[in-house]
Amino acid sequence: MMYISSSSSSSGRTFETRDPRTGDVIASVAEGDKDDVDLAVRAARKAFDHGEWPRISGSERGRILTRFADLVEQHADELAALESLDAGKHPAVTKAVDVGNAAGSLRYFAGAADKIHGETLKMQGQFQGYTLREPLGVAGFIIPWNFPTTMFAIKVAPALAAGCTMVVKPAEQTPLSALYLADLAKKAGIPDGVINVVPGFGPTAGAAIASHMDVDTVSFTGSTEVGRLIMEASARSNLKPVSLELGGKSPLIIFEDADLDMAVELAISANLFNKGEACVAASRVYVQEGIYDQFEKKLAERMKSWVVGDPFNDPRVNQGPQVDKVQYDRVLSYIDQGKREGATVLTGGRPLGQNGYYIEPTVFTNVKEDMTIAKEEIFGPVMCLMKFKTVDEAIERANDTKYGLGAGVVTRDLDVANRVVRSVRAGVVWVNCYFAMGSDVPFGGRKMSGFGKDEGMHALDKFLAVKSVVTPLKGSPWM
Amino acid sequence: MYKARALLPGTLLHGRHRFSTAPAVVTGAAPNDEPIQPCVEIKHTQLLINGNFVDAASGKTFSTLDPRTGEAIARVAEGDAEDINRAVAAARRAFDEGPWPRMSAYERCRVLLRFADLIESHAEEIAALETWDSGKPLEQAAGAEVPMVARFVRYYAGWADKIHGLVVPADGPHHAQVLHEPIGVAGQIIPWNFPLLMFAWKVAPALACGNTVVLKTAEQTPLSALYVASLLHEAGVPEGVLNVISGFGPTAGAALCSHMDVDKLAFTGSTGTGKIILELAARSNLKPVTLELGGKSPFVVMDDADVDQAVELAHHAVFFNQGQCCCAGSRTFVHERVYDEFVEKSKARALNRVVGDPFRKGVEQGPQIDGEQFKKILQYVKSGVDTGATLVAGGERVGDRGFYVHPTDEMKIAQEEIFGPVQTILKFRGVEEVMRRANATPYGLAAGVFTRSLDVANTMARALRAGTVWINCYDVFDAAIPFGGFKMSGVGREKGPYGLRNYLQTKSVVTPIRDAAWL
Repeated sequence: MMYISSSSSSSGRTFETRDPRTGDVIASVAEGDKDDVDLAVRAARKAFDHGEWPRISGSERGRILTRFADLVEQHADELAALESLDAGKHPAVTKAVDVGNAAGSLRYFAGAADKIHGETLKMQGQFQGYTLREPLGVAGFIIPWNFPTTMFAIKVAPALAAGCTMVVKPAEQTPLSALYLADLAKKAGIPDGVINVVPGFGPTAGAAIASHMDVDTVSFTGSTEVGRLIMEASARSNLKPVSLELGGKSPLIIFEDADLDMAVELAISANLFNKGEACVAASRVYVQEGIYDQFEKKLAERMKSWVVGDPFNDPRVNQGPQVDKVQYDRVLSYIDQGKREGATVLTGGRPLGQNGYYIEPTVFTNVKEDMTIAKEEIFGPVMCLMKFKTVDEAIERANDTKYGLGAGVVTRDLDVANRVVRSVRAGVVWVNCYFAMGSDVPFGGRKMSGFGKDEGMHALDKFLAVKSVVTPLKGSPWM
Repeated sequence: MYKARALLPGTLLHGRHRFSTAPAVVTGAAPNDEPIQPCVEIKHTQLLINGNFVDAASGKTFSTLDPRTGEAIARVAEGDAEDINRAVAAARRAFDEGPWPRMSAYERCRVLLRFADLIESHAEEIAALETWDSGKPLEQAAGAEVPMVARFVRYYAGWADKIHGLVVPADGPHHAQVLHEPIGVAGQIIPWNFPLLMFAWKVAPALACGNTVVLKTAEQTPLSALYVASLLHEAGVPEGVLNVISGFGPTAGAALCSHMDVDKLAFTGSTGTGKIILELAARSNLKPVTLELGGKSPFVVMDDADVDQAVELAHHAVFFNQGQCCCAGSRTFVHERVYDEFVEKSKARALNRVVGDPFRKGVEQGPQIDGEQFKKILQYVKSGVDTGATLVAGGERVGDRGFYVHPTDEMKIAQEEIFGPVQTILKFRGVEEVMRRANATPYGLAAGVFTRSLDVANTMARALRAGTVWINCYDVFDAAIPFGGFKMSGVGREKGPYGLRNYLQTKSVVTPIRDAAWL
């Protein structure tokens, strides 16, 4: 199914989306291509230039968004099941976290829709000036497969609140939830043409969106290499502003004064949450030498009770399968690379089972900074555990990466926390916690982790054009 | 026949006009013999303290009257100092120990959104109660005010999880963040002209910020707040977060203003009472005070105005809500070139104003709120006549004839707030002159400018010393637009993001940074 005011693809082609527990096909989905993107953009353009969505008040848009949030919550079980099936996730976690966050985001931006402010300004000379923040137009979204529902919501919600229309290309690995959500959007009262969903592949549908002359902005979450292509496409087409939320190799720095048990738990969840398929995964864990040996011991012990399996059928399962064969092979090849380059496998290091894409949670020790596993984003359940001496060293090594997405600091010391927070070059820094996010908290990276923020009021900036308006004043008693 | 206080819109004229024909006969809707019986049950008449409806400590009650007849609708509990003490204690406990400020802002937002939903699902009942107690037309209450209340609550629900302080760059190695915290226990005193809307303007931002509230309603209109507060509890607000006390100003009101454990005070009402409130706050614990007081707002009609539109707008600007609006456009300045036409048309419009039972369809104007207001208004009209203005329409109890008076700027009717359906039309020649005269008032709540000229609009907008300037419109209210007065019309602003400031306390938190990577 495709959702361009509802239709099937121009080419008639379909592709399959699979269940990562088994590799079996879940469904056949219409495969969108350049022509379909064209149709979608045209529908979005019409809805923006002539339709009611930008012409109703922010308050009314907010009401519809609130209804959308309510519907997402009402259908949480179904959506969570669909998502978990498509992406190899844990249904209970998906319901609480992915779907919960999606509804939360929709509601947050529903409340923001009537709070988009311009400013009255100070001018030199007899003029009055003010700014208007206007909806930009047609937005293009290319979203990833690791948190499909949440990604859909955090992109779509601020764009809708601002009064924009959009074309969404969900990842080919996980097209189902976007289609489901678009249907709920319609039920909530979002007019036709405002949200268009074109399932398909990056090089075809994705590229078409990035290069489209009539798309006003693109927001992408995914790998750094594809982010680069999208930026190039924008430059080559119409210079559309681009926001990129890319990869990471985020450091978790654990100081000697840390609560050891808490630190071990944090390192595990920071790496293994969502089977390591998270852009902010703390895949480099630095532990200060004073507690290193105890930490390593406790970690190894703790990993013994970590359960990998089918998250639908076993309540004890902590970790499901990787999303598909391509990722599965990639992660295993990084693990091999790590072994070949001389790192030590503390736990795991092997695939699990005959069916599906399960991999043991893997911890490498004796990792050198120049090893591939220490530099490149693996995007799987693989942790690099390293030792450090001083805070200066930790900061230097933490920053020695082309990425700059997340970072974590574990310490009881106020000064150390403040120092590391300000010194580490990352978009999000967690102190004595990890993955704590919220609708009001801007999220996004620096350096080759990208630019632009999702969530928080700043997320709206991507979808607004600032217009300055100037008129002469005659005889104003104040300036 | 209305026994009490239905007033025909009175229109007073400035200048030397003499009408050779007999005074206009008052028309308008013929009043019915029997007022329409509202089909709404009065469910709550007690005080609301700590989540429970309770009698007053003294056991006393007072009547709330139907403005159509002067007869009692119901007896409600009469709160006094002891009840205020109990309410403040409940609000204090709810703030210091209870879940409301401690839950996430998002959760507070959800309670408020549920509240808005409940208001909408009970809209008919609420509107009927409001009309019954206040005399405002049901079409107005149901069609405009109750939806505005829901909108208002939703607007502030959406702010709850977006309240930001700044992290500021200090000149040196210090990390400085500014927290915007809930201020604590807010005391709020609201008037009778828009009981429910005023409830929303006060309660919604206070709660969205995480505060707890003790609200004293106007003794003329205690009913709708009690009902709506019960819906808020249904929506899930914890006990003690909103307490509602019915009672009188000199007793319950004064007790609230003087209470040593109230952190903030917000009042809407007359300038005279506002002064007392500020004094009581100063004498007790210096609690910060927001005042939204009276006005004598100018409505300026330029010579390029479309006269028909201007007449209609000017008419609504002053007569809306039986003239009982703090921001009523009660001084209508009309350019001499269009003055005569304007007066003729205004007179006709005033005579056509449909006055009657507010529960009847098509009625534009119901009775004034009570006998006291009614008498005051008639005294002003009499004063206008006595000082020489020309009364061209109405000016008397419905059913009687009018007579003529001439107004000038210095007359009481042009200076003092009448708070009734009395329009005063003054003539002017030039923009400079009208700006000066418009600003020659101790008030500064609102103003209206009717013109096609961009330059005149821009200049007047800046020159008028008023908290709201409406250009080619009037009484446009929305949750997002700040409202409040200059000069003796008040202190502070409500609505929009500005409304939040009233209910937040600002705290700077400073820590040294060692070996800062940047400053």
